[in-house]
Amino acid sequence: MSESLETAVKTNPQGDPITSVAAAPKTEVKKDPHADAKKQRVVTPEHMFFEAPRTKEFITGSEAAKEAVRRANVDLAIAYPITPQSETMQLVGVLYGEGYVKEYYRGEEEIGVMAAIAGGSRAGVRCFTATAGPGTLRGLEGIASWPGHRLPAVAFFTCRVVNAPLAIQPDNIEISYLLNCGMVVFHAENQQDVFDFLLKGFTISEMNDVTLPVGVCCDGFFVTHARGYVRMPEKGIKLPPREAWRGAVPVLDAENPPARLSRDAPVQKSNFMAYNIHAVWQQEVWAAVERSRKYINQYMGGLCTAENVEGADAIIVASGSAAAQSREAVRLCTEKNIKVGLIKIRSLRPFPTQELRQLCKNAKLIVIPEFNYVGWLAKEVATAIYGHSKAKIIAGPHVYGGQSMPVELIVDEVESGLTGKKSTNVPLSAIMGTDVDQGSVSHFMQNI
Amino acid sequence: MSLDYVKFAPGFEKFMPKEYRDMVEHGPFGKKTTVSQMGSFKEILEEHPMCAGCAMTLFIRLAMISFPNPEDTITVGTAGCGRLAISQAAIPFVYGNYGDQNGVASGLSRGLRLRFGDKPKDVVVMAGDGGTADIGFAQTLHSWIRKEKFTTIMLDNEVYGNTGGQESGMTSQGAVLKMAPLGKKFEKMDMVGMAKVAGCVYVATVVPNNPRRVEAVIKKAVLIAREVGPTYIQAYTSCNIEYAIPTDKVMEDAKNVEDNRYKFSEYISEEAKQYLAERYGYKEFLPKPAAAVTQA
Repeated sequence: MSESLETAVKTNPQGDPITSVAAAPKTEVKKDPHADAKKQRVVTPEHMFFEAPRTKEFITGSEAAKEAVRRANVDLAIAYPITPQSETMQLVGVLYGEGYVKEYYRGEEEIGVMAAIAGGSRAGVRCFTATAGPGTLRGLEGIASWPGHRLPAVAFFTCRVVNAPLAIQPDNIEISYLLNCGMVVFHAENQQDVFDFLLKGFTISEMNDVTLPVGVCCDGFFVTHARGYVRMPEKGIKLPPREAWRGAVPVLDAENPPARLSRDAPVQKSNFMAYNIHAVWQQEVWAAVERSRKYINQYMGGLCTAENVEGADAIIVASGSAAAQSREAVRLCTEKNIKVGLIKIRSLRPFPTQELRQLCKNAKLIVIPEFNYVGWLAKEVATAIYGHSKAKIIAGPHVYGGQSMPVELIVDEVESGLTGKKSTNVPLSAIMGTDVDQGSVSHFMQNI
Repeated sequence: MSLDYVKFAPGFEKFMPKEYRDMVEHGPFGKKTTVSQMGSFKEILEEHPMCAGCAMTLFIRLAMISFPNPEDTITVGTAGCGRLAISQAAIPFVYGNYGDQNGVASGLSRGLRLRFGDKPKDVVVMAGDGGTADIGFAQTLHSWIRKEKFTTIMLDNEVYGNTGGQESGMTSQGAVLKMAPLGKKFEKMDMVGMAKVAGCVYVATVVPNNPRRVEAVIKKAVLIAREVGPTYIQAYTSCNIEYAIPTDKVMEDAKNVEDNRYKFSEYISEEAKQYLAERYGYKEFLPKPAAAVTQA
């Protein structure tokens, strides 16, 4: 009977052969789906990041994240499909099928996912997850506790609207919630940054004097769903595995004496020692964030990059997708003979305070375009350079709720800022600096 | 395991605190201890800040004596009275966020399996009724549905004891507590039923006034969770403060509650029975000889 089935050509009512039926079983030997993953060889981070030859591919941000995870020797990845974050975690599922990721499952929701990432990291394995917008906030209780438990892991935040009315559009306001958790936070501009920051994030996260989670943020859709050129080393190499003993706090594997923090709950008690222990622990978490600077400099080439800043009258400071738009604004300004530089901030935690003070020293104007309403980056920059620059600081333009940012908006702010013309897009209250009305500034700093 | 970590580095013996020396010299690590030997060895949990007469503390002590491999056991808990005692034990304890214990245990047990393969690393969740059935409900149920291989123990005092006596999902109908000023309006949640539906392969209810039974139940649950599937123990561990039980009547109360509404029950899947019989020599679960079956 099976023979007759194989020979019969099925047709539809019009007589056309049906080609979508299952193909006849192939007789060839079944290929091990993990064959390629098993052939991956471990290389040093230095080789992976700097020495291995790279080839260029045209891929989405989610695919760039997948390729980073493929080379990151990830043990445990946990997924949850927040609508519609990105394809990242389902693509990591493909890697699990191919054997590049050792363990993977779909969690019940983000609180459960972030808890399980905490469990996996405590077990001493390398963990990865990705989420977005409402998922980030839902999981935030867990995420905010990772640094205090000194849990190395990498989380990818593909930012989108979090506030009501519910929307699925890009908007990076959720980063402002991540900034004060005590984790290391990077902001990727494009697909290449996603690949590099994630891969390097694993190495930085597990450094003994860091031992902290790393959050890599990017602006959803603009980066996750759009394609860009990404230069990547070959698939056949991967980072060294996590060495569980290396962390600043022992893992809970019953092979090492347990950390006192996990064993007792001394900080729960209401006495001076309890307050003191908690205070010291928080100081240590933030000291670890500070210590990650040297590795960010070493592996990522700095917490920020500066383009055309020397001798510039105006400087645009931006992170994420706003940096890409700003670069184009710089080009347009140059055509108009306006001297404008660009500082792209890669690391938000730690923040490039000293770098900004140095770079913004002589600027007359600083423009900070952002993809959110509140202007969290502008506040960070203003705080960092306070007293170190006489520049007028324009906290804007801002777009949010899914709007894209026309380059002309940024150019307008540079022009009006330099000429003193009133901006049509940024309220007076969002303009800071020594020569502006301090009452308006305090209104901006307090209200938002 | 590395029993080494509970031993002294040579030359340091005399500098170690007495408690530590007792633990190394007379503790249960690497030995088989039973509840009937209580008082003759150093327990992994002795000192604790729990209230006088607390039945939960007795249960936690018994459970810890009963762990088949204390040196390779990691406990996971959440906010509540229980963790005040569990965290004082001489084995690792994860105190995560509110109600996240079964999520943490999922990642932890999978991670440990990746690193240690078949070498047993027992993950045991011990959390209260609020942590397990209320705030942690989704993670508890989903860990069972996913067939996560670890043990969940509910310390069921039928109240939020640590926060001062509020109604929980496990409170019996009619009980007057904070946040239930007119008496609780719905029934005690049937977590045992849900555990069975969700796929636990071993489910038991127990009270602490029968130490040998507690021991038997804990041992089975932990062993089965190593390879067969999720296991769940629900233990009545009264709150003598919030339910105003005189300290000398705590065991009497447990006996009454057991007789009336918290009867010992045990569900064990066929696969788990076979596993216990073959791997750990549980004679009661050995297949009956063919002759015996025909005679019956």
